[in-house]
Formats: sequence, C-alpha cells, structure tokens
Amino acid sequence: MLKVEDLDVFYGDARALDGVSLDVPEGAIVAIVGANGAGKTSLIRTIAGMHKPARGRIALRGADIAGLPSFKVCNLGIGQVAEGRLVFPTLTVSENLEMGAMLPRARALQKQNMDRVLAMFPVLAERSGQAAGTLSGGEQQMLAIGRCLMGNPELVMFDEPSLGLAPAVVQAVLQTIRDLNRDGLTCVLVEQNVAVSLKLASRAYVLENGRITLSGSGAELLADDRVRKAYLGL
Amino acid sequence: MPAEIYLNVAISGLLTGLVYGLMALGLSVIFGVVRVVNFAHGEMMTIAMYLAVALFASFKLDPLLMLLPIAGVLFLLGYAMQNWLITPFINRPEHAQFMLLIAVAIIMVNGLLIVFGPDAQNVQTSYSFDSFAIGPLIIDATKVYAGLAAIVVAAALFAFFKFSLTGKAIRACADNYTGALVVGLDVRRLYALTFGLGAACVGAAGAILVLIIDVTPPLGPAFTLLAFIIVIVGGLGSMPGALLGGVLIGVTEALAGLLFTPSAKSMFAFAILVLVLLFRPEGIMGKRAS
Repeated sequence: MLKVEDLDVFYGDARALDGVSLDVPEGAIVAIVGANGAGKTSLIRTIAGMHKPARGRIALRGADIAGLPSFKVCNLGIGQVAEGRLVFPTLTVSENLEMGAMLPRARALQKQNMDRVLAMFPVLAERSGQAAGTLSGGEQQMLAIGRCLMGNPELVMFDEPSLGLAPAVVQAVLQTIRDLNRDGLTCVLVEQNVAVSLKLASRAYVLENGRITLSGSGAELLADDRVRKAYLGL
Repeated sequence: MPAEIYLNVAISGLLTGLVYGLMALGLSVIFGVVRVVNFAHGEMMTIAMYLAVALFASFKLDPLLMLLPIAGVLFLLGYAMQNWLITPFINRPEHAQFMLLIAVAIIMVNGLLIVFGPDAQNVQTSYSFDSFAIGPLIIDATKVYAGLAAIVVAAALFAFFKFSLTGKAIRACADNYTGALVVGLDVRRLYALTFGLGAACVGAAGAILVLIIDVTPPLGPAFTLLAFIIVIVGGLGSMPGALLGGVLIGVTEALAGLLFTPSAKSMFAFAILVLVLLFRPEGIMGKRAS
C-alpha cells in the first residue's frame, strides 16, 4: 500500500534519514523500532508531508506523494497520531474531533465517523464540551486517535501512542490499535515498548542513526540476538 | 467646570475608543494566529480611510454604508500580503519580517502621498453636526453610530471564531501549529484568511474613523503605534482585551485632552502602557506565560 524507497532527509546540514526504504502492505501492522533520535519521528513526518525529503520516493498505491503538503497527504487517506498527542488545548473535545473531519474526503462522513469514535471512546462523549487541555493524558491520547479517525484514514501512523501513560491505559490504547487493524486499518506503529510492538506487528524495521539496519517479521526480530540485546535488555 | 462636561468627554472617548479597539483587534488576531506583528497596520487603515474619502467625494456614498465593501477590499489586500509576501518570510528571523513590513508601510504612506497629497481630508455627512441629548448629556450622533458599527463588526468577528468551522480551524492553528499540520488543516490558507480578517477589521475601523478624524498619510505610522499600545495594554492575543484596551486608551486620550491639552494625549496613552508593563506585563486580559 505504502512504499518508501531510498529516502534522505536533512535538517539543515544534519542528516536525519539516510536511504530509508520500507514497505507497508495493506492491512498490516508495521512496527518501526529504534532508539531516541534514530529518525522515527522524522520518517513519519516526512511521509505525512511535514518535511520535504532531499531524495527518494514515497509511493501510495503506486503514486508518488513525496513533497506534497501535509493537508494533501492527509486527504489521500494517510492519518497520523502524533507523538505528544498534539490536541488543541483551548478547543473543546467535540471541536477537536470536528477539526479531524475538515478534510474534503471526510466531510460527508462526519456524522458516521463521529458516532463510531464516540462508541469506541465513550469518555469523549461525556466530555464533549470540555476544553481538551483539561483532559488527562490517556483521555487526550483517545482524543488524538479519535480526531485522526474523523479524517477517515486508510493508513494511520501511530507515533509513541503509549508514551507517558499509566500501564492500564497503555493496554487500552494498544488494544484499540489491534481492534482498528482487525477492522481493516493499515497501521504503522512507532513504540518505545519494543516487545509489545514486535508482538503486534506482522513486519518490523529497526532504525539506527537514520538507517534501516534490520527488517523482518515481528517474530523474527523478537528472536534476533541484536534486537534482544539492544532493545529488550535480554 | 460642571461635571457633565467630564462625562460628555468620557462618553465621546469611549465611543472613539471602540473604533480604536476594532482597529487593534485586527492586529491582535493576526499576531495571535500567524505570530507576525503587522507593522503596516495603521498604514492599511489609512488606505481604508482614503477609500472612504474617495467614494464619498465621487459618489456621495456614506462611509458607514461602504464599511463592508471597504473591509472586503482590505481583506483581499491582507490575504494577498500574507499569501505572497509574508509566507516566504514566515520561518525567517523576526527582524527580517519586521523590515519587510516596515518596507510595506513606507511604500503605503508614500503611495498615498503621491495619490492624495499631504493635505488633511475628511467626510462631511448630513448628520455630521447632529447630536443626542440625554438629560444634561450631549452626545455626538456620528460617534454613537461609529461606536455601534465597531461593536457590530467586532461581534461578527467573535461569532465567526466561536461558531464557524473555518474560525475553529484558525483557532486550532493558533493552539497547536504542528497539531494543525498533523490533522491535515491547510495552514497556509488559514494564515492568509487570518491576515485577511485582521486587515478587514482595520479596514472597517478606517471606514468608521474617517467620520471622526481627518486623514493624512502620516496618520498611518501613528496608528500602527497606537494599535500596538492598545494590544499590549489589553493583552497580546486576547480579543476582548483589544476592545477593552481601545476603550481605555480612547477615554484616557479624551480626558487628557480636556484636562491638559489635546497635544498631550499620546503622553497619557504611553503612561498607561508603562503602568501596564510595570504591574501587569501580560496585559489586562492577557494570560500569564506559564
């Protein structure tokens, strides 16, 4: 569905990504594993159109989307649940959800998607009139996921969805991702919780210093000595 | 002096202050969202004032009726400025943006000098000398209409930001820029719309203000400064704060003109600015940075 080939990204003179290639098949969960600063967020933001790549190809179903502005990429069906959640703190919960449905592809489906999101996260319905900045971290993460789903995406990139959340909430968030995938959503998952994300993923990539150093099925990487040493502490 | 005089002057200052507030509201909206200080703000207002003067001189069109078309023209000017001039500077250092907008301001002042000359011009409507008498108070009818028009325009802007989808999207950009990119808002277009709306505010204020004061090209820089003072006093980024700051400065200037001399009125506006910076640096209705 999504194919990245030979992607180079720079911030000024600093190289963030160096020849990154990856393949996200339709209906899969693809995990990207790596240390802080390895380039995971840069990769996601470049795919999302928030950074322009210096070189390389990003193809969605065969069409090159590299260099398109983010609102066009979103409208092609690539959604993002960003690191740090990035909800709009002074807007109410329902206004935050409306913002997700501003995309032309999602406007007509707003009512239907709103019902789906509120059924999935009943707490958002309870707090619909409350400013998003007053929600707890877990509730904000649900809002960020809900807001992304309002855009009617076919592929969602989750960037550190469990960061800073209580363990019980982490389980709920990961379960949500599993459920969404079961309903047909293609997912790219960047997770600090490497063991869990490799178990969820059908395919995984290890990113180190802007380069893909390992790839394989989730189970293969879980069994790989280098991964066990570097990321699982075994 | 009898007490009514103070009250008369204060009310007159309040009504003028509402128009000042509308002008400053434009600056506040632009800064609050786009994070660019429009150093050509007063100059854009004088363009609107000259449009009103020209329309009145040629076609006898009342500035209050021309308020919407003039605001529309300024909207287009603001939209174009943001989209083609300021966007390429948006990631450059602030002093580069400052120089860009100062250059625009200088071009505007001198363009107006070329077209309209340096002499003061004004609009004499049929109601120029009407007034309302309420008990012992005598209130200038023109200023009542001016104040009401400013309130209507400001209320329309508040309603736009509160209830319309586009207004909410603009607030979302101001709330979290990266978040707006993440959900797929067209931030560049929304910024241009915001600059256009701020320019429309100052355009409406100009169309109204031409009823109250004479216009000359050098009025532009003076009003850029005044708008800046009002926004700082009211609280940067606070829309009600801009209106309140406008009223406060309007009343202060009017009373200073009565009690001292009209040429000293700016001194008192600056005094208020200094007091606010000393005791409440975030502005009267501004939020303290956390």
